[in-house]
Amino acid sequence: MSKQQYNGGELVVEALKELGVNYIFGYPGGSVLDLYDALFEQNDIEHILVRHEQAATHMADGYARATGKVGVVLATSGPGATNCVTGIATAYMDSIPMVVISGQVPTHLIGDDAFQETDIVGCSRPIVKHSFNCRRAEEIPTLLAKAFYIASSGRPGPVVVELPKDVLNPAAKFDFKMPQDVAIRTYNPSKKGHPKQIKKAVEALLTAQKLVIYSGGGVILSNTSEQLTELVETLNAPCTNTLMGLGALSGEHPNFIGMLGMHGTLEANKAMAHADVILALGARFDDRVTNNVQKFCPNATIVHVDVDPTSISKTISAHIPVVGSLDMVLPQLLSAIAKSGQSIDRHAQEDWWRQINRWREQKCLSYSPGEEKIKPQTVIEKLYQATNGDAYISSDVGQHQMFAAQYYPFKKPRQWINSGGLGTMGFGLPAAMGVKLAFRDQESICITGDGSIQMNIQELSTCLQYNLAVKIVSLNNRSLGMVRQWQDMLYSGRHSSSYMESLPDFVKLAESYGHVGIRVDHPDELDAAIAKMMSITDRLVFLDVRVDELEHVYPMQIKLGAVDDMWLKKGVKA
Amino acid sequence: MRRILSILLENEPGSLSRIVGLFSQRAYNIDSLAVGTTDDASLSRITITTQGGDRVLEQILKQVNKLVDVLKVIDLTEQSHIERELLLVKVIAQDEKTRAAVTRVVDVFGGAILDMGRISYSLQLAASTEKLESFLDTLRHETDIIEMVRSGAIGLGRGDKALKG
Repeated sequence: MSKQQYNGGELVVEALKELGVNYIFGYPGGSVLDLYDALFEQNDIEHILVRHEQAATHMADGYARATGKVGVVLATSGPGATNCVTGIATAYMDSIPMVVISGQVPTHLIGDDAFQETDIVGCSRPIVKHSFNCRRAEEIPTLLAKAFYIASSGRPGPVVVELPKDVLNPAAKFDFKMPQDVAIRTYNPSKKGHPKQIKKAVEALLTAQKLVIYSGGGVILSNTSEQLTELVETLNAPCTNTLMGLGALSGEHPNFIGMLGMHGTLEANKAMAHADVILALGARFDDRVTNNVQKFCPNATIVHVDVDPTSISKTISAHIPVVGSLDMVLPQLLSAIAKSGQSIDRHAQEDWWRQINRWREQKCLSYSPGEEKIKPQTVIEKLYQATNGDAYISSDVGQHQMFAAQYYPFKKPRQWINSGGLGTMGFGLPAAMGVKLAFRDQESICITGDGSIQMNIQELSTCLQYNLAVKIVSLNNRSLGMVRQWQDMLYSGRHSSSYMESLPDFVKLAESYGHVGIRVDHPDELDAAIAKMMSITDRLVFLDVRVDELEHVYPMQIKLGAVDDMWLKKGVKA
Repeated sequence: MRRILSILLENEPGSLSRIVGLFSQRAYNIDSLAVGTTDDASLSRITITTQGGDRVLEQILKQVNKLVDVLKVIDLTEQSHIERELLLVKVIAQDEKTRAAVTRVVDVFGGAILDMGRISYSLQLAASTEKLESFLDTLRHETDIIEMVRSGAIGLGRGDKALKG
């Protein structure tokens, strides 16, 4: 009996099956028709047909963030591939494992400006972890295995694989063999922390008088939320999470002092500014955290653990750098602390917590509830209550994103899905769809605004096709809220192009796509509307909440100031 | 401060563009760049001269190292090393006096005359970048330069240690 042979498209499908792929998010086109034909033949991998390739990348991204698995995108050459660029950049900035398979014109036409030809490997080069130009069908299994390995190991990130049409030629058949070993001599991602650095770090942690643990998205990516929690409890340290790290330590944990940075809590930013030791775990001292780097935490010894050496001492110099993967370094730290026999200065720690609690008592997130107009903060708080804090929350980008981050305390990692690094409007809905596919029995809610939702609104159609019963909660302020907030604060209220003067009727829009639309205008109607939304579990619900358009996000760091120079309310400084 | 980086990387299509792209993307300087094969056919070696303080250089080294195609990267200027750059230059050499002067300069610097035209000489000098500058300065005193091309510096660490795959 002759061995089964496969053409290029079938090799892709077989390799993806071997790599454990359940979903591909994509859109067909000329150069990948042979691959789509191979997908048609099988039932192991479900292809989700989006309405725009950008949404495919965000769906794969949301799926990856929620599950920890590699998100897979399939696009045709030219415009299909270039439409993926924003989604690739989004995944790159937040270190999300993703493999984007792009078609390409046949090899003999490459460079001729052929129909739908774009050098996607060139276009995406600055925003990928790596990329592959496949030139022979026999390479397909190995290249895909390498792509998955690179995308998901070390500091994860997107990998682009370009497949020219002739490589997928259905007439050419090959053996299929998945490589056993994908070791790459130039790439050694996972590392233990250097014992000497671990020793120095533990010394600093145990002698600290005012310790803060500052943890970022790396804790979530490395699935080390439990070890982080253990470390926080062992040291009884205050812990702040970055926007990307929310949920790594439960938002309900007594040692959690809130998010830090531009819209962080007073207690988190104050604690950072007054700390004598800062332990940064999988965080990268982003400019939205540090504010003015010259004024950043001048008295602190900075211990920085990261799997990516380029993140260390990039913006803020680390006194004790530890290069290593958190799933190795955190156990190393915990065991070194246990073995040290040293205990922390309880007296100093009590003073430190007293100080932190005084900052907490200022209740920086308090706001005046609206009587005639719905406050956006109230919507998030009520949503938190209605979901018992258990829903997957995806967000778009803007004021609603910050309100969600501030007023929905995330209990677990991977529950909060947002574009933190790139700040991609249009991310929220497709990301929530990716989450819903992964967890059909869980609530997947997209918190959005009237600006962001319109950037990928066409995906309402995809939701109908695959019965993705996500919930969309739009904090509709009839304007680009964050832009307008900056214009209010920094441009004397000159609202240049921040109004949305021709909004659609979102209820009718949702209904026209076959979904449920609910509109709320008055605070008195909010509870009932949320209850109604929550009672519908088999259909997509679009909740259009008309919120107070004058509301700003506070606290807010003051431009060029220190980490704790903040506005607490309009005209009130910390 | 001037630095010379030696990068050993996979000899694959696109790997050079990743290096060049990284430098432009992150706003690092490239003063010169030389690339060629090595004794191991699967590896290329790139030499880049750049400018930067310690902090910038540390980031450059880390960022280059992070590229999946890169096997090793070192800062040659951190150690005792030898470096050479090749210069080809065409100068006016029309009258006897200028020809004699140019020939003398070439002799003193240890260069060579590779070609003669009706009114020109084409010269070669392989030397340190600094010596090339001084050679060019001296030539300019004697005659006019018509055309020139430089290879960019390449270098090796001194002694028995090697940058290898």
